[in-house]
Amino acid sequence: MGHQVATDQGLISKPPAAPSVRGRRGAVSAFFAPKRKTRLVLLLSAPMLWLVVAYLGSIGVLLTSALWTTDFFTGNVAHTYSIANLHEVYTQPLYRNVAVRTISVALLVTVIDALIAFPMAFYMSKIASPRMRKLLVVAVLTPLWASYLVKAYAWRSLLAPNGPLSWLTGGHTPGYGLTATVITLSYLWLPYMVIPVYAGFERVPRSLFEASADLGAGAGRTVRSVLIPMVFPAIAAGSIFTFSLTLGDYIAVGIVGGKTQLLANVIYGQLVTANNQPLAAALSTVPLVAIVLYLLAMRRTGALENV
Amino acid sequence: MKHPLRTLRTSVAVLAAGTMLVACASSGTKKSGTTGRKPPKVAMATSIGAGEGQLNIIAWAGYAESGQNDPKVDWVTPFTQQTGCKVNVKTGNTSDEMVQLMKTGQYDGVSASGDATLRLIYGGDVAPTNVDLVPNYKTISTFLKNGNWNSVGGQMYGIPHGWGANVLMWDPAKVSGSPDSWSAVFEQGGKYKGKVTAYDSPIYIADAALYLMATKPDLGIKDPYSLTSKQLDAAVALLKQQKSNVSEYWADYTKEVQAFESGTSVVGTAWQVIANTINGGSKTKVQTVVPKEGATGWSDTWMISSKAKHPNCMYKWMDYIVSPSANAQVAEYFGEAPAQTLACKDTSDKTFCDTYHALDAAYAKQIHYWTTPQQQCVDGSGNNCTDYAQWVTKWQQIKG
Repeated sequence: MGHQVATDQGLISKPPAAPSVRGRRGAVSAFFAPKRKTRLVLLLSAPMLWLVVAYLGSIGVLLTSALWTTDFFTGNVAHTYSIANLHEVYTQPLYRNVAVRTISVALLVTVIDALIAFPMAFYMSKIASPRMRKLLVVAVLTPLWASYLVKAYAWRSLLAPNGPLSWLTGGHTPGYGLTATVITLSYLWLPYMVIPVYAGFERVPRSLFEASADLGAGAGRTVRSVLIPMVFPAIAAGSIFTFSLTLGDYIAVGIVGGKTQLLANVIYGQLVTANNQPLAAALSTVPLVAIVLYLLAMRRTGALENV
Repeated sequence: MKHPLRTLRTSVAVLAAGTMLVACASSGTKKSGTTGRKPPKVAMATSIGAGEGQLNIIAWAGYAESGQNDPKVDWVTPFTQQTGCKVNVKTGNTSDEMVQLMKTGQYDGVSASGDATLRLIYGGDVAPTNVDLVPNYKTISTFLKNGNWNSVGGQMYGIPHGWGANVLMWDPAKVSGSPDSWSAVFEQGGKYKGKVTAYDSPIYIADAALYLMATKPDLGIKDPYSLTSKQLDAAVALLKQQKSNVSEYWADYTKEVQAFESGTSVVGTAWQVIANTINGGSKTKVQTVVPKEGATGWSDTWMISSKAKHPNCMYKWMDYIVSPSANAQVAEYFGEAPAQTLACKDTSDKTFCDTYHALDAAYAKQIHYWTTPQQQCVDGSGNNCTDYAQWVTKWQQIKG
């Protein structure tokens, strides 16, 4: 596939015969046509610059600033190097507890979203009529148009002590807290799971189900042995979104989380409340490590090979 | 897709190596306090020119109202009409946030409380104020001038704005009787389990210390901002016990307004402006009191940034906001004592200044104003006190 695209753009194979030179545009392409290297550099320099300078550069600055120290009284950063901050982050029980809580919430949200998305995407792809399918895709995507804050505050109203959920269940709502946070985040990130899984199901030919049935497998066996293995890469792709988005969230938990705090709240607290940018940077290595480990785990399952 | 992941594996190895290095490290010592320090030299304005047409300020909620929250509450528009300075207001939720925002250098000034002022002065983030350029400064209450929170070595850094106490607020429909003690949110908080609220900032530790000062005299707390490790631990223990009754902590004042209106919270610490906002709506009515143990409070100062891009407009603002009429409006809307003595004649409620003891220096002394805890005890009792960094760590531990 890669070669095909490259050939089409004349990057690897011999350049096509120079086009008829007419006007300035023609002159420009005539100039670049034989200079393959120049053309490649010009084509790639902007995205590479963005990737290296803006993206990797900012991560580099973050990791470097974790080694700085701060004057606690004035909050000014002192550029002397020390690993005291990282030491504190990885030894303090407070940070360990919060990190464990945050990663558990991220995993729980991911599992809940996968469990909801799987049957939903299956229905959308294989059972619904084409008209219904379009409607469902729109229905899944529409919430993404509304602001994140609006949706989080909507859940704050829904879960309020005198809110609609409380009225429906006769007062048996979780209230604001960790459960409310998991519910809200699962809701917020659901589309990011449904869409990849739906696309995954689209790639599974219907004939496979018939083959499975012909060979004597029941519905459960078909799901276990045919469906899940075939859409697993799609679930893995979706789970990377749900997992990483949850790891970094601090707004939803601030709105519906009651008195709980997650890792990003602690980072925000160190940055804004304590004016301690270096410690905040050191703390943000925790989600960074978590997401890298998660990606490695996903790779080990082979899920990333087919994405 | 293999290559990027191989790189990832390398980075994990690097990070793991870093973590191992860290395990061998010891935490460094931290400088703290104003002992032997001098504020960085920052030039002071000597004259005011024409306004620059713009002004960017950080203010507490209710300090710079332009009629957007309530069309009748507007003292920013007249200022813009008089001076041509268009005011952009950024609301700060906590002193810490204000310090952080001032460090960006994008703002011309700030309404700083006593727990932010010294940090800003010694951080070189604010400039000394030439009070001769602020005509309304002359008639400001004398007990607010040259305070140890707004001046260094006899040089004023800013113009006093107003002061007041953090009050106990409750919803009489849900809370029986009229609480007159902070025990309503501490030891008696169990009566309203899951409905108590508290201010989400390390400075709230001082509220617990103030309560212990009155109820546990054997701890020997003299000043809620000068706590030894033992006293700090006692306050933290009280707050950890309080946490089991807390519904949620508030830093954003609109969150507390909403929490009382929806019944999520029924009792807790508040500012008078929050009570006024709730009572201005139709959902819930609340009451407030300064409890018998006394209260923590604030004494705010308008300070000009050392990097101000619109210094002329900022000086004009500092003079305008403490002018009798504007200062009276802010004080009445926010619910605090105005710094301007002449403002007492301009309040719509003629007993307002008496209610808030605006001219009463003795009363003003009783409030424990927010100030930044330092190792060198802020009440001058020694140098074995806990500093703000320790308070921040303890506060995060309280929240868990």
